[in-house]
Amino acid sequence: MQTIPDDLRYSKEHEWVRADGDLVTIGITHFAQDQLGDVVFVELPEKGASVRQHASLGVVESVKAASDVYAPVSGEVVERNLKVIESPELVNSSPYGDGWLVKVRMSDGDEMGALLDAAAYGEHVGASAQ
Amino acid sequence: MSGGSLRRTSLHDAHQALGARLVPFAGWEMPLQYPAGIVAEHRAVRASVGVFDLSHMGEFHFRGEGAPVAVDRLVSSDIAGLAVGQARYGLLCNERGTIVDDVIVYRIAADEMLMVVNAANVEKDARHVQARLPQDVAFEDASLETALIAVQGPRAAVLLSAVTDLEVREESIESLPAFGVTRGRVGGVRATIARTGYTGEDGFEVFIPHERAPSPWNRLLAAGSAMGVAPIGLGARDTLRLEARFSLYGNEIDETTDPIEAGLGWTCKLDKEFVGRDAIAAAKARGPARRIVGLVCEGGVPRRGHPVMSGGEVVGQVTSGTYGPTVDRNIALAYVQTPLAKAGTAVAVRIRERDVAATVVKTPFFRRPT
Repeated sequence: MQTIPDDLRYSKEHEWVRADGDLVTIGITHFAQDQLGDVVFVELPEKGASVRQHASLGVVESVKAASDVYAPVSGEVVERNLKVIESPELVNSSPYGDGWLVKVRMSDGDEMGALLDAAAYGEHVGASAQ
Repeated sequence: MSGGSLRRTSLHDAHQALGARLVPFAGWEMPLQYPAGIVAEHRAVRASVGVFDLSHMGEFHFRGEGAPVAVDRLVSSDIAGLAVGQARYGLLCNERGTIVDDVIVYRIAADEMLMVVNAANVEKDARHVQARLPQDVAFEDASLETALIAVQGPRAAVLLSAVTDLEVREESIESLPAFGVTRGRVGGVRATIARTGYTGEDGFEVFIPHERAPSPWNRLLAAGSAMGVAPIGLGARDTLRLEARFSLYGNEIDETTDPIEAGLGWTCKLDKEFVGRDAIAAAKARGPARRIVGLVCEGGVPRRGHPVMSGGEVVGQVTSGTYGPTVDRNIALAYVQTPLAKAGTAVAVRIRERDVAATVVKTPFFRRPT
């Protein structure tokens, strides 16, 4: 698996963002799922909920612990991944694919500028792994 | 990570070579999990066999003619009644009748008892027992000189047999009874071998000199490769013990809990003398105000410290909780007020400010099919 895809943007808290206009898909990175271990429960906001950049977006729980997922951008939740709620292990097996978490209609496109590109995220992960 | 002062077991290099994630635990650097992950490790033990490095556990030896009776006075269960080659679970309690530690005592000779204690409690327990021991019984804390490898799972006897020669030729690993203990060579190393464990499976615990652990460890992994043996870390050790409803010291039991409320009254032989007996008998006569129960949670994973709710009131607290890979449910042990301890009672667990439906269930959550 490509562990840091080039076409995504990343938060320092290890969320990824795939932008399609102002519609963005959000998940957690390969590094994040590897650190968490087996994911057994995912809690996501309802469709229509508004989320604020850096505020909690949901919770991903591994066998050992619960971890907050932070919203990398602000906006309104237009879809949550029901498949990942049903099968949380998708976060481990396909973090950038079937293991996505929510789709958000971005309210402030400038927020994307604060996110890291793949190279910068790679450096960030390298530093975290020390 | 501040690893400077952490102790390492003699299998540390082996764990690193296996790709283990090592974490500080009770003063030791121990494997939390291997690359396969906690769920896969858990399943390997339920389906076939796993090996665990438990060298952090404490081992006390009591020697002398008076050792069986002396240890009997320290432990809640019937230790004086153990024949050579038998072991029993029991509790070290204080005079207030609360729990200092939970232990397994092995009668390894007519005049020698082995007591296995929790790693975090070694120093406390050593002080506790030495202060209460008659002079003619010799005490030795062999914790740092002793390695412990557990072999657990339905294929454990087959695997251990493949690398073991028992001292008594007429005996076999398969014929060792549950809670039996004997001597032999495992991977060529002199060992004390007991049919005990903490997983709810058949299995063995093998005590060897600390620095000799790599040979039996490597032999077990090699001999078990065809049956899918897996090295097991502390993460799966916890999910396995929780499904089997074994107490964990520091979670379900500690010096603020008594054996009756902890559901461990069965380990207390109240018709003998032992430290804490009178207080425990009184607690039993009073009846506990709270009890340990099993909970199954319908959404969200219950975790230690989460409040248990009923009718809008806090009625208890989760002591351990996890996703149970074999039962495929979110499970917990919790103290609840006694009237709510009946199986079938509907309660809730407050997880992140939300009340999640939960039901009191009979335990263990998992019982090995017989």
